[in-house]
Parts: sequence; structure tokens; C-alpha cells
Amino acid sequence: MAEAPFRTPYPSYDVLAKWDTPSYNEATRKVLRDRLANVPPRRFFSEAQYALLRALIDTVLPQPERSEKDRIPVEAFIDDTLERNLGDGTRFADLPPQRELWPYGLDAIDREADAEHGRGFVELSAEDRHALLSRLDRDEAHKQIWRKVAAKRFFRHILLKQAVKIYYAHPYAWNEMGFGGPAAPRGYLRLGPDMRDPWEAEEQRPPQKAEKLP
Amino acid sequence: MSALVSDAQFRPRAKDGRAPDVFHPGRWMPMASHRDDELVDFAIVGTGCGGSVAAARLAEAGHSAVAFDAGPFYRPLEDFASDEREQEKLYWLDDRISAGNDPLQFGSNNSGKAVGGSSVHFQMVTLRFRPEWFKSRSNFGYGYDWPVGWEEMWRYYALAEDAMKISGPVRYPWGPKRGRYPYREHELSASALVLARGAEALGVPWSACPVATLSAPRGSAPPCVYRGFCKVGCATNAKQSMLVTFVPRAIRAGAEIRDLAMVGRIEVGGDGRVTGVHYHREGRWRFQRARNVIVAGYSIETPRLLLNSACPQHPEGLANSSGLVGKGLMAHSNNAVWGIMEEEIRWYKGPPSLAVCEHWNYMDHGKDFEGGYAFMSQGPLPTDFATSLVSNEGPFGAELRKWMAHYNHMAGLKMVGETMPQDENRVELSEETDGLGLRIPKVTFSYYDNDKRMIAHAEDFMDEMLRAAGASNRFRTSSTAHLMGGCRMGEDAETSVVGPDGRSWDIDNLFVCDGSLFPTAGGVNPSLTIVANSLRIADRIIELGRRGELH
Repeated sequence: MAEAPFRTPYPSYDVLAKWDTPSYNEATRKVLRDRLANVPPRRFFSEAQYALLRALIDTVLPQPERSEKDRIPVEAFIDDTLERNLGDGTRFADLPPQRELWPYGLDAIDREADAEHGRGFVELSAEDRHALLSRLDRDEAHKQIWRKVAAKRFFRHILLKQAVKIYYAHPYAWNEMGFGGPAAPRGYLRLGPDMRDPWEAEEQRPPQKAEKLP
Repeated sequence: MSALVSDAQFRPRAKDGRAPDVFHPGRWMPMASHRDDELVDFAIVGTGCGGSVAAARLAEAGHSAVAFDAGPFYRPLEDFASDEREQEKLYWLDDRISAGNDPLQFGSNNSGKAVGGSSVHFQMVTLRFRPEWFKSRSNFGYGYDWPVGWEEMWRYYALAEDAMKISGPVRYPWGPKRGRYPYREHELSASALVLARGAEALGVPWSACPVATLSAPRGSAPPCVYRGFCKVGCATNAKQSMLVTFVPRAIRAGAEIRDLAMVGRIEVGGDGRVTGVHYHREGRWRFQRARNVIVAGYSIETPRLLLNSACPQHPEGLANSSGLVGKGLMAHSNNAVWGIMEEEIRWYKGPPSLAVCEHWNYMDHGKDFEGGYAFMSQGPLPTDFATSLVSNEGPFGAELRKWMAHYNHMAGLKMVGETMPQDENRVELSEETDGLGLRIPKVTFSYYDNDKRMIAHAEDFMDEMLRAAGASNRFRTSSTAHLMGGCRMGEDAETSVVGPDGRSWDIDNLFVCDGSLFPTAGGVNPSLTIVANSLRIADRIIELGRRGELH
């Protein structure tokens, strides 16, 4: 069964429209100009690994309403992090270093797809991809495939976590969730419930119900 | 990590007799400059809530002091972006090996790498310890007593609050009477009002949270504009971090700060006393001579440096005859309950935690655990919230984007829960080395039964309060925040690393002055207590000097 596509409550909000206002300082402009204009080229992963990673990103954060040009290229920033081996301060004692872990995890996902469907992950339908990742997230995986890291741990705590860290740092993601975005030197005046400054997003329709919300 | 904004991360700024003026883009302030071969009174390792405070007070008392920081010297007005990803440059991102049953995540929640230390990205919650906690062993039978009484700490809290111009309420509902906060409290944000409403529904007290961001101008610093990026660095200087308070104060008083200067080893002379520090700056190792060394690198780097300084005179590391260096490391449990409100909250505005409930810090009945916890209203930025959401609940696909689109209706309550000191929760050296050839730390952390009982209690209580406030679709997340302990202070050499004045029991010209001294964690954010205790230790060191008892 296909999920209903995502629909933003803030269809007319554009955080980048504030670019020339006091909500943006020069440091922020430099950072966002770079993020939007200089998408890192693939350097760390092989072409096949990169295609697999792209398929995974399109499953965990599908962006069907965006053209290729407007799509948030999460995989490019993951590749860049690994190419430059940028750490986050923590190396869990029971996991291999990230430059070993990622290729291992991607390969394991492909082997899961092969074991279940006789095909690689990239060749699966959207439904099958989603179902496979759901199984990994329940740790219902082939144990012999996941010797170095548990399936759920790789999927949820490495892949998914890194993906949202990049996705929700992108101005287009701020638009869809109605986040105020850059706010220096001008911050906000109206702090109370249901209060909004003119430079904040206006909610034009209520957020969609998320089916798995508790 | 990038050089997009400035070269502060790659080129030292505080040198040649000048330091960045944090209040003005591009400007400088004059600074003392000592030669490496000059014997200074104090070499201080770290410039956070411990080191910058010690540097300022000792310099004001006429001592020469050089304070080293591994991180850059930022001018927030020109170096800080409104961007979570860019601002990761404020965190200590070097490899640390994390082990144990509940391994710690380092970086944003507990480790800074900049002049000013973690205070540059702290969330500004500035609460005092409950008085009885300073003698928790005597009063409650858990942990260790602090080698200082609460009345004395209370005096230093007042000094710390004044130095940081804390904005707080006129009346605080818990603990003994305290004076007025220097600045008036901030307007309560929608997220703070959720806590208030829930607390009143349950009949427990709540309060506007004392916070270290200005509610009125102070010198060159403007009042808070409620931009809400506090946790990734304040770009307007309203936040009263060490970078804009004690660091400039130290420089004005005659102390020298050296940025991008990583201290790798403390040198020891033939008499077993320390003689100075080896530090790496501008591509080479250098040696600063000093009469005394104060280690203020916080709960991981302080033990790491003491252990990495092992030498024939002190083969197990410096100050380690008790074997306690690195042990008794504590974090705060930082679990939370979240839910969706009918009204728009827009919790990205204002300091994230403007309301607090310390009920379970002061209530000793009706709980099945030792110690206490506070909890505060919340306002996480998008990636902070999203990573927490997926780690704990695991939504993905269109479902995840839908869930995140409720962001502006979300509210949350998050605990700061005391964990018990354990010898097994500790910092050790691994066999691996970093880019400078220094052995990297291995940190072991596990929750124990009491910690788990407290977390369960807090989650249930916060859930009840959030429900009473009107939140639907509630869910829970787990994490940790802050570090405390690792070089416990105490009254005797058997059970502590240093004495009441931060002085090593083993080496009389070696001191520790930071959060690693905490014998117990307390159920409140540690920064204010680190500052207050550092003011106290600085006074004791000055007094030792007056009595001729300093090296």
C-alpha cells in the first residue's frame, strides 16, 4: 500500500525570500549560498554504491513533488562527510569507523534485497523498498548478513539519523515545516501561542495526520 | 567544518599582544604577551567555565597567567551563522571512543571546542544546586560529600549570577531565600506556558527559568532578540557565555589567552612538581614554563591530560595516587516527552528553556530513587529534533515528513536527571593516537538501577504533565547531556583527586578547576555551579598565595 504523499501546511512560505532582510547576517548568507550552489560531487562511494544510497534516501525521505534541480541531495552530503572523514566526536567502541561502516551497511542492505527478492535494492519497487527497511528497523534481518552491526542500528541510528541531519538543515526543508530559519540580527517579537511575526511562515492548512503518531 | 565564514579555525587570532574584541567585527583588544621561556605564575589549560574564571580572578589579583584553548577565538557577530550544520564548529569533534551499556554521544550536548568552552553553545539554564546536595552522603546516604558547605557556595552563586547578569524571576519557589536576580525575567514563550499550564493542572510549583541571556542591555551587549539559536551559538552576544564575560575580563586584567593551542602534556621536574605545559600551536610543539598549572579541560580532557602526562615520577599519571583520575564520570539523563498542541507553539523562538520545574529535586517523598531531577520546557532546532525523533521512534518515508510538519505545534518537557557516581563510569586512555600523537580517550558509561528508576519516574511524570497541558500524540525520547566528575574533589587523599581548593593531593603546584571536580552531579545543569565553584577555588588559590603557600 502506498503512503499518501506529503503536503506542506505552508505552501507559500519561502525562507530564502528573507535573504536581503535583517533575518540574515553575512555569515549565514555565506553558508547557505555554499550549501545551495556547491553540491559536493561524488568522491567517496563507487557509482553503484552511490546509486544504492540515492535509492535509500528516496525511500526514507521521498521528495516526489520536487524536480531533480530542487531536490535536497542528501546523498551528496553523506558522501562528502565520508570523503573528508568528518567525525561527530563519537566513535562507538563496538562499531567500525564510519568509512568502513557505511560501505558495509549499504552492501548488507543490498544483500538483504537479494536474499528476499533476488534483486538489488535499487531494482525494487517503492513498496518493496519501504517494506525491506521496515523489516531492518525491526531487526528482522538475516543475521549472517549483519555481522559487524545490527540491521536496526545501521538503518536507524546511522543512515536515517544522518539523512535527517542533512535534510532538515536545508532551506527547502525549513519551508515545508514552517521553521523560521535564519534569525540574526533580527530575531522575533511575538513569542506567545498562536502568535506570529510577519516574517514567519503562515500555516495555511493544518498539518497532515501522520499515521504512526502515537 | 569549513572555512566559509572565517579562518578562525585555522589561524590563531590571540597573539602578538592582541586578542579579538568579541563585541566588534574585525576589532582587537590589547593583550599581555608572554614568552615561552618566561616563568609565568599560572598556565591554565582550558578557557571555559573553569579556566576563564580562574584566569580572570588570578589576573585581577596580580598574578601572571596564560590560558590555553584547543579551539578558535570567535567573534560571534561575524563568525556565527544561523545554521545548525555550520555551527557544529563549536563542538569537540575529535574522536573519542565511547563504550559501556549506554555509551555517550559527544559533541553538541556536552563538549565545546572554542575559547569560552561549552558555554558558547550551552542552553543558558543557570540553576543552583539544592543546598542538601553538597552533603549528599551525610544527608541522604548516596554519592560523596562536597568539601564545601552550601552557605559558602550560595555566596559564590550570587557572585556568578552577577558576573553573568542572569535574568530570573523575582521569587523562586524552591530552596532557601536568594537575592534578586541581576536582570528581570524574560517573557514566557508559548513553549514555557505549556509547562506552566501543566504544572498548575497537577498542582506542583513551576517557575520562569533563570537564564544567562540578557533581558536588558549590558555594555556593548544587546538584550536577547529571541532568535532561538542559543544551542548553536549566540550571534548577537546577548548570551552571557564565558567568551563574552570572563574571557574579555581576564584579558583586561592582564591574562594572556592562546587559541588553537592544544596542551598535550604537563611536564614534571626532578622534584616531582610540574614545571610547565607542552602545547601544539601553529604546526609545532612548544613549551610554556609555569610555576603552577591549572587543568580546566572538563570531564574528559582533564583526566586525559593528567593520564597522558604520566612520567617516571608519576607512572600512573599526574595526581593519580588514589587511582581515581577519570573515575566517577557522570552525565545527566536527558529523556523527554513530546506531544502535539492544538495551538501554534513555534518553539524555535526565544531561549529554548524558559520555564522549569524543580519539584522532584526538592520533594523527598513519593519517589523510588536517590537524587533528583529538574525538567524544562523545550525548543529544539530542526535537525536536533529530527535526529532525536528518528533515533527513538524511527519514522521514515512520507510519514517522517508529515511528522516533522507538526514541528510548529510541538511542545516538550525534558529532564536533567542526576546519575550516581560510579568508579566504572570513567575516562581511560585508548591505545589509539590522534593527529598530534596523543592517546585518545576511551569513555565508558552505563546507567545503573537508580538512574533507570529515576528516568522511568521522570518520563511518567512529564507525560502526565504534558497530557494535563493538553498535548496529544505524546512520545518519548532518551538522551544524555552534560558531563560532571572524573577528578573528584574531597577532604582526603584516599577518596579524591584534589582537595577543597582544587589542589592535587600529590603535586602541590598542580590544580584542577572545572566540572570534573563534581563529587555528585545534582539534578540541574552544571554550568552555573562550575562558575561558582571556580570563583571559590580562585579565591582559595589567591589566599594560598597571600599566605606564601604557593609554589
